[in-house]
Amino acid sequence: MERRTILKTTAALALALGLATPALAQDTLKIGAVGPKTGPLAGGAEVTFWPNVRLWANDVNEAGGIDVGGTKRMVEIIEYDDQTNPGETIKAVQRLATQDEADFILAPYGTGLNIAAAPIFERYGYPMVTHTAISDQIEDLSSKFPNMYFLLGGATGLSGGVVEVLSQMRDAGEIGNTVAMVNVADAFGIELAEVGKPQLEAAGFEIVYETSYPLGTQDLSPVIKGAKDANPDAFVAWSYPPDTFGLTEQAMIEGLAPKAFYTAVATAFPAYAGRFGAAAEGVLGAGGVHADGEAFKEYAARHEAVTGAKPDYWASAPVYASFQILQQAIEGAGSTDKAAVAEYIAGNGFDTVIGPVEWDENNANAKYWTVGQWQGGVFKGVASTGRDGAVTAMPKAGWE
Amino acid sequence: MDILITGLLLGGTYALIAMGLNLQYGIARIMNLANGEFLVAGGFAAFWFWTAGQVSPLLTIFIVAPLAFALNWLIYVIMLRPLVMRAKSRGQLEVDAILTTFGLAFVSVGLMLAVFGGDYFSYSYLARPVTILGDTFALNRLTAAIAAAIICGALWLWLNKTRAGMSIRAIAVAPDSARLVGIDVPKLSALAFALGGAVTAVGGALISTFLTLDASTGVMFTLKALVIVIMGGVGDVRGTIVAALLLGLLETFVATMIDPGLTLAAAYLLFVLILLFRPQGLFGRRTA
Repeated sequence: MERRTILKTTAALALALGLATPALAQDTLKIGAVGPKTGPLAGGAEVTFWPNVRLWANDVNEAGGIDVGGTKRMVEIIEYDDQTNPGETIKAVQRLATQDEADFILAPYGTGLNIAAAPIFERYGYPMVTHTAISDQIEDLSSKFPNMYFLLGGATGLSGGVVEVLSQMRDAGEIGNTVAMVNVADAFGIELAEVGKPQLEAAGFEIVYETSYPLGTQDLSPVIKGAKDANPDAFVAWSYPPDTFGLTEQAMIEGLAPKAFYTAVATAFPAYAGRFGAAAEGVLGAGGVHADGEAFKEYAARHEAVTGAKPDYWASAPVYASFQILQQAIEGAGSTDKAAVAEYIAGNGFDTVIGPVEWDENNANAKYWTVGQWQGGVFKGVASTGRDGAVTAMPKAGWE
Repeated sequence: MDILITGLLLGGTYALIAMGLNLQYGIARIMNLANGEFLVAGGFAAFWFWTAGQVSPLLTIFIVAPLAFALNWLIYVIMLRPLVMRAKSRGQLEVDAILTTFGLAFVSVGLMLAVFGGDYFSYSYLARPVTILGDTFALNRLTAAIAAAIICGALWLWLNKTRAGMSIRAIAVAPDSARLVGIDVPKLSALAFALGGAVTAVGGALISTFLTLDASTGVMFTLKALVIVIMGGVGDVRGTIVAALLLGLLETFVATMIDPGLTLAAAYLLFVLILLFRPQGLFGRRTA
């Protein structure tokens, strides 16, 4: 008796599944997502990338799907962990293209992983709207990979923003002329330091202390002590998440409190303010958003409601915007043909959560945020290359 | 003076990282590659208790230690004892243990990702300056170094002044002969392994007060611990302490006097030199 029930249920289930599967396969769009869930970049990806993948899929499906030439199609996300390993990123993208036959693939997370995956995207004809790739080789990359787009900006713009903010503060008489500059000895930190140093010098700043430290340094007190001995007016660190936290804490302990204190990646993370509280007030960092804009406020509220976490104040919104661009391009092209969608992306501007996006001659978004500052518990954009809503940077008043 | 104290504080941190592995590798003869994951798990516990209920990490360690002890005991008895039983030589046991714990490391990372997520977890605890002899130091690092001194001191006393400790040292020297004189090798090996896990997790809880960790940083600590244990001599508490302090002093000296970018190079130069001139480690016994 009992066995028969089970058999019946199983049969019914199989029937239901058998009927449902082909219908489902026809209707859903398969979207591949590759990013770090483990490895050195996992912490950043878990703040910036993965929640947005989930949020976007949720938003699209809640609205009934993507409109492809009149039929609404839901999206199904296929996630792969690339372990922060470029080899794994390549394998995952390949697998998505050949085994899973994904209709589209979201760009991976981080500069290096995007550059690694670009040839595979190109080979299979997937458009690649990158959201977290920062490089000064954009011109070179976009000529090699015509379907590769860049939302987050370049190293020159990022460091240029810092120089601009420091110059403004100097002109306002808030800081003097001396800068201590340190960097993490990893791709991002080295490139920024190389680009930033001549920019600072050209703007008339004197670099009184300069050093680099290896990724994963467990004691940053010698770095901060060295900087403090030079008594700079501004402290600039091209840092990665763990050292951004480490340098800030050490600066508080050593009493290194210049009027301008800048740390790069992760300063814009909610966890930064979560850890340092009121002491974060006035800290400058890479990124920024138009924090008072309605578009961001609405996006942030939705992000928190759906994923349970706050977005960061830098790359989160561009990540989401890159997915919006893909979605709008599919709807605009009215087809899931990769070439047609790629063509639509190339020929159009997009209205996204970060505002309007237009491509320059290198397939890059020329208007991006470069520097933000914690003001009243919110990380507000203070410098950009043409975005609206920047507020004035204020001098930092100690750590208390 | 400043360099000396900063270096000793960093050395204390390193001792916390390496002491657990020394017990596991030196005495229980298990090269535990999942060691760093237990350190991170200890840090997670401290973070969780702190953010959920403002429980001081210094109290959390009294919860973490017995939990980690029990968990490591189980791991040893269930997963590793069969390997010990069937291994014909020490070499074979090492290979088996490395493969098994390598897998264990992946499982641990996966579990931590599932439970805690991949986000960075960092909090501020005792991030206050203290002044010693005119220089400022971080109170949380000082606390961790003092705790390291207490833990290492207690371990040394226990190993050298008690009967159980003597038996454990006997196992470290000659596991086969130890059995002949009536020492319960399987039981004490499990004890040493579990103790090592507990010490590591406690170290993780203390370290999390000043380092930013995430679920996949464990391997970094495993590597550092391995270097220190091998430098100090496998199975010798004194060796690990001396090697940890030496490494801390050297890195701080290089960072302050030459360049912070060269700390890694200096650390590995020291490692290579010790391996060249004293392959058995600073306090290790030459194997026959």
